Amino acid sequence: MSTIGIDVGGTNTDAVLIESQEVVASVKTTTTEDVTTGIVRALAALVAKVAGIAETVDAVMIGTTHFTNAVVERKHLSRVAAVRIGLPASSSLPPFVDWPEDLAALVRGEVFPIEGGHEYDGRLIVPFDERGMRNAARRIRESGLRSVAVASVFSPLAPDCEEKAREILVEECPEIDVTLSKDVGRIGLLGRENATLLNAAIIELARRTTRAFALSLKKSGIEAPLYLTQNDGTVARAGIAEKFPVFSFASGPTNSMRGAAFLSGLEDALVVDVGGTTTDVGCLRSGFPREANNVVEVGGVRTLFRMPDLLSIGLGGGSLVEQRGGRIIRVGPRSVGYRLTEKALVFDGDTLTATDVAVALGLADLGDRRRVQVDRATLESARTTMASMLEEAVDRMKTDAAPEPLIAVGGGAFLVPETMAGISEVVHVKHQGVANAVGAAIAQVSGEVDQVFSGVGREEAIGRATALAREKAVAGGASAESLRVVEVEDLPLAYLPGDALRVRVRVVGEAAAPGGRHPPRAEPSAGA
Amino acid sequence: MRPIRKIELDEISALATGAWILGAGGGGNPYHSFLNLRELYREGKRVELMDPMELADDDWVAVVSSMGAPLVGEERLQDPAVAAKPVRMMEAYLGVSFRGIMSVEIGGSNALQPFLAAAVLGLPVIDADAMGRAFPEAQMTSFAIGGLKPFPLTLADVRDNEVIVARAASWKWMERLSRKACVEVGSTAATCKAPRTGKEVKEWGILHTTTKAIRLGRVIREARRLKNDPIRALLEAEGGKSLFRGKVKDVKRRTTEGFLRGFAEIEGLDSDRGHVFRLEFQNEFAVGALDSEVRATVPEILTVLDSLSGEAVGTETLRYGQRVTVAVLPAPPLLTTEKGLEFVGPRAFGYDLEFRSVFAP
Repeated sequence: MSTIGIDVGGTNTDAVLIESQEVVASVKTTTTEDVTTGIVRALAALVAKVAGIAETVDAVMIGTTHFTNAVVERKHLSRVAAVRIGLPASSSLPPFVDWPEDLAALVRGEVFPIEGGHEYDGRLIVPFDERGMRNAARRIRESGLRSVAVASVFSPLAPDCEEKAREILVEECPEIDVTLSKDVGRIGLLGRENATLLNAAIIELARRTTRAFALSLKKSGIEAPLYLTQNDGTVARAGIAEKFPVFSFASGPTNSMRGAAFLSGLEDALVVDVGGTTTDVGCLRSGFPREANNVVEVGGVRTLFRMPDLLSIGLGGGSLVEQRGGRIIRVGPRSVGYRLTEKALVFDGDTLTATDVAVALGLADLGDRRRVQVDRATLESARTTMASMLEEAVDRMKTDAAPEPLIAVGGGAFLVPETMAGISEVVHVKHQGVANAVGAAIAQVSGEVDQVFSGVGREEAIGRATALAREKAVAGGASAESLRVVEVEDLPLAYLPGDALRVRVRVVGEAAAPGGRHPPRAEPSAGA
Repeated sequence: MRPIRKIELDEISALATGAWILGAGGGGNPYHSFLNLRELYREGKRVELMDPMELADDDWVAVVSSMGAPLVGEERLQDPAVAAKPVRMMEAYLGVSFRGIMSVEIGGSNALQPFLAAAVLGLPVIDADAMGRAFPEAQMTSFAIGGLKPFPLTLADVRDNEVIVARAASWKWMERLSRKACVEVGSTAATCKAPRTGKEVKEWGILHTTTKAIRLGRVIREARRLKNDPIRALLEAEGGKSLFRGKVKDVKRRTTEGFLRGFAEIEGLDSDRGHVFRLEFQNEFAVGALDSEVRATVPEILTVLDSLSGEAVGTETLRYGQRVTVAVLPAPPLLTTEKGLEFVGPRAFGYDLEFRSVFAP
């Protein structure tokens, strides 16, 4: 298997080639306004290093922060028609009810409340109003809205109303994009609907971007299939992924955690990714980031769907070190950010940063060490402050008292102390600066199910959920033989009769080579 | 306090924070109820809060609650129009007019239920409840302790289903009959419990608990604003006691007879390092033990707070790794009387334990 992983960040576009579980080559280029140019350049640099890979590579995996940035920066968003199925229930809290006003003003198209939806046990609340749905679909066609979000009460348990709604929408408006909430999120109507609305708002952007990615590949002479990386550390075929851009929201930090797992060979560990301004702390379980169980805010919107559990703190290589009377009073959260190379003392700047402290103490070798004219005691005090910030953050993410290894990645990894409470060892890895792209290159395909089962035993509930998860993974491009279960979680539900049990199962497998055009190779290719 | 006053939206947000703490880990998160009130306030509706001592002895007061499973509430969202329905039903059934509306339970989302109905019906909310916290069952109220009549009860759902339980042999029977109806309409329903006269509310209600919950929420918010420790501020203001500070290391949950039962173990940090605190719960936290020595039980209000933010952590949202502080707030005096303990003491929850107050000298 030979794969190329590309990480398209806000500043850099990184690419790596991985063959037979080894990093063969890596490149770092600048992200361009049009995205495509940056990728073409990165691929060209990679091809220049390893001749012939354009023809032999099996798959290209791209991770991007483009979609989440669109929401955070309120750019490139489409207006959305919101269909809520559930009347007469839940009508007092309509779609967009808890959105920040500025974002709602950009995204809210028309809102259509429709009768229907389900009870927790699968009964209908009231019969689905198909005629009302058809009228809504015609209004949507006339309004010129191109994207619809559909959320029905209890759809993760009973998808029928949403599926019927899609049928009607496609009949009436053949060109329209439809996002169903059952495909996006979990139990919790508002959070799931919010994620669905966000998806509908960026689906047009996602299609344009994905096509640009595909074009970049073509321009580079690569015919291998394109995958996009997802929040859970897996990939989906571009054709599927472009319909669910919200699933790529957290692919940046996720990819660096997965990359850290691969580069260190550790499956269960904590990961610290130290950037210029912030540090993300995550937790690897069976090689995947642990998922957040609760509401995650994206651009001020409360959402409930598959996202990694991350803790971000305001500490990075560019963090400002503030002192008063020879004492360190604060490190971060203010940072010189991407201007590190002009602002930091070691680069002839005028600002004392975390990087300067590390260089002066001999922890890193950057710029001119002699430019840091700060006494030893102050430097040590800054180091202690940063160490305790990281220690606290790491400890908060630990789930177990037993000591665990910690993998340090990112441009500011040198800030991570070599010994920490509750940590068995601090692991540094090769290629840590491109851990993101490595995480993309090694990503597998997943299928996840989160559903409530009533009236069946625990084992049967888990068995059924696992079968459904496998089906989803294969539909997403995984080879059935390679599937393995990476997560099983069950939670009994208070009050519900019949021993109701909420079960979450996730399986992953290798990306299947499509149509045998690129069969997996037994040996490394000649280019390696 | 003023006999009757308008409640502003920021007080409702403080009420939501305070009520969640008084929920003792249960009672449901008031987020959706708060959103509903925000929408109603946007439409220009305002709710008034009335001191129960201003009630005439022969006034009638509606006692409302939202009944059902918290998970169902995540999909079938609270609705003010539905909250108001059983109150109207009760008026029609008994041929009375209500002077005001109170909550059966100040802990959790039910603290806001009378506000939803009141905003629709234009009645004041009475500053009282019947638990002073959250409890899992309908007979665990001050009105039951007072031996007051458990019936009638009205129940309505979002469709056109209305149920009246005209009589019930006991509070427990009322719980069983109404629970059955509630499950049938989808495990979420609005109810109006046996109405109370002004005299009964003044004698047997837990008074001024809405004001108390608003005060709790404000203390926490103010401490956060001033970057003070919100938990210390809360405990100082309410005469509470911190029992333990640590990190959640294990949580086990199971459902039996319709309850979320289980336990959580917290490993000590700072001055509690080396010790373990165990919390048993039945929807709400019921018993707390330090290194297997019981330190606190129902009916005192055992609450688990995020050590940094002071935000309450529910029994359904407790998870590994959380930094929490276990604290106890005093129970309303009625609940710790001999008669009160029969209904809501440790034995009512199946623990063979004597109640001993955390605050006993």
